Amino acid sequence: MSAMMAVMTRELRLALRSGGGAGLGLAFFLIVVMLIPFGVGPVPHLLAQIAPGTLWIAALLACLLSLDRLFQADFEDGTLDILTLSPMPLETLVAIKAVAHWITTGLPLVVAAPILGMTLNLPDAAYWWLVASLAVGTPALSFLGAIGAALTVGIRRGGLLLSLLVLPLYIPTLIFGARCVSAAAEGMDVIPAFQLLGGVTLFTLAMTPFAAAAALRMHMR
Amino acid sequence: MPDLGKYTEIVLTAYAATIVLLAAIIVVSVLRSRKTKRQLAELEARRNG
Amino acid sequence: MSIWEFANPVRFMRLSGKVLPYATVLAIGLLVVGLVWGFFFTPDDYKQGSTVKIIYIHVPAATLAINAWGVMFIASLVWLIRRHHVSALVARAAAPVGATLTVVALITGAIWGQPMWGTYWEWDPRLTSFLVLFIFYLGYMALWEAIDEPDKAADLTSVLAMVGTVFAVLSRYAVNFWNQGLHQGASLSLDKEEHVADVFYQPLLMSMAGFFFLFLALVLLRTRTEIRARRIRALQQQEAH
Repeated sequence: MSAMMAVMTRELRLALRSGGGAGLGLAFFLIVVMLIPFGVGPVPHLLAQIAPGTLWIAALLACLLSLDRLFQADFEDGTLDILTLSPMPLETLVAIKAVAHWITTGLPLVVAAPILGMTLNLPDAAYWWLVASLAVGTPALSFLGAIGAALTVGIRRGGLLLSLLVLPLYIPTLIFGARCVSAAAEGMDVIPAFQLLGGVTLFTLAMTPFAAAAALRMHMR
Repeated sequence: MPDLGKYTEIVLTAYAATIVLLAAIIVVSVLRSRKTKRQLAELEARRNG
Repeated sequence: MSIWEFANPVRFMRLSGKVLPYATVLAIGLLVVGLVWGFFFTPDDYKQGSTVKIIYIHVPAATLAINAWGVMFIASLVWLIRRHHVSALVARAAAPVGATLTVVALITGAIWGQPMWGTYWEWDPRLTSFLVLFIFYLGYMALWEAIDEPDKAADLTSVLAMVGTVFAVLSRYAVNFWNQGLHQGASLSLDKEEHVADVFYQPLLMSMAGFFFLFLALVLLRTRTEIRARRIRALQQQEAH
């Protein structure tokens, strides 16, 4: 347990001190959302209609941004080899790193989303569901990202490949997450979408550490 | 040629597109197969000769 | 004699070399018969007119596009469990063929959709799922290309094939939730022949068999190429030492 805490603290400290990992993701989120009105025009009802999808897609891209660093640095300087030798299973390490990634990128997005929702004229009824769906859905984004990061860890210029591998995995989360918000905005029943979103996240949390750890072991063999 | 009526273009385009795509994968596969076969033959000839 | 004997590359080369000509002849024969029969000697549908002739390429291509991924999944699983190199190479060989068939299904579907639904592209669950499947094929092939060491590439792409399969299926059902769609149900199934009238069914089966043998021939040919490429790599490394 103390080993897990130590790794977690290290991860968070590294993310916070290395040129503002958390801040960058947030800034990217802001820029993507800001670009949308420039693209589609400053029409309030149009923006209100596309706000749920826009916020979710922007969150998804912001999450993707910092994924390539998840294992890369530790793989290059040999930290990962040493961590593998420790009694802590590699699966646990992957889970801790994914949680740390979520705390530094996912969580700020959850907090910032309502403010950006306001700029897109998101209907009042949707705010709580926006926060709730992002809070439940973004952990899945970090964990799925861990698979992509583990698969591409040793590859030079793997960033683009990482996006190609990870983005299709985000489809179910995006569908259910955005559906939660738009259903709330239209005054429809949110619960089915929300339950499915939670189901996808739980499944992802349970499965991905094993897949990502397997991929890391293959890289280090 | 059967009378395809007003959909002539549509049906013919679908068939043409399919033929082009399948021909492409077949040609690529065959060319690469020949190339590797030749390379391997050369290498083995050099080893044994 | 067990099936694993063919995991030996030499045995596989010998057997596949014998099977390949037959598969090629069968593919050409069945495709010509099925497509000529379907194209020239079947009536038009009372609703869809002559566009029904697209079924002879669209349905077989779509079926094999999905089954090609299934082949990759099983071959990857065999590689992960038993580490037979031929299996990993079959998975690699099947991907471009599957991707091409996915594109064929998408394009013929779009061309067919235009007169029937009034639009080339509709974000219909089946169409969308095929687009997703195509992206999974692209990612899988890109990962193979990106890694130099053959065994590591086989390992990692196998993991991707496992994860991709789970999420391709998950996306298929998620997409249903998102949009109900225009596409009709399955055109072919063993117990529901009534979906497609007999006049269309028989040439369709022919063409389906033709596409199957075409797929088989291409995968065998490409696997043989991959095995030879491995051998070249090994010989070159020996020479370098």
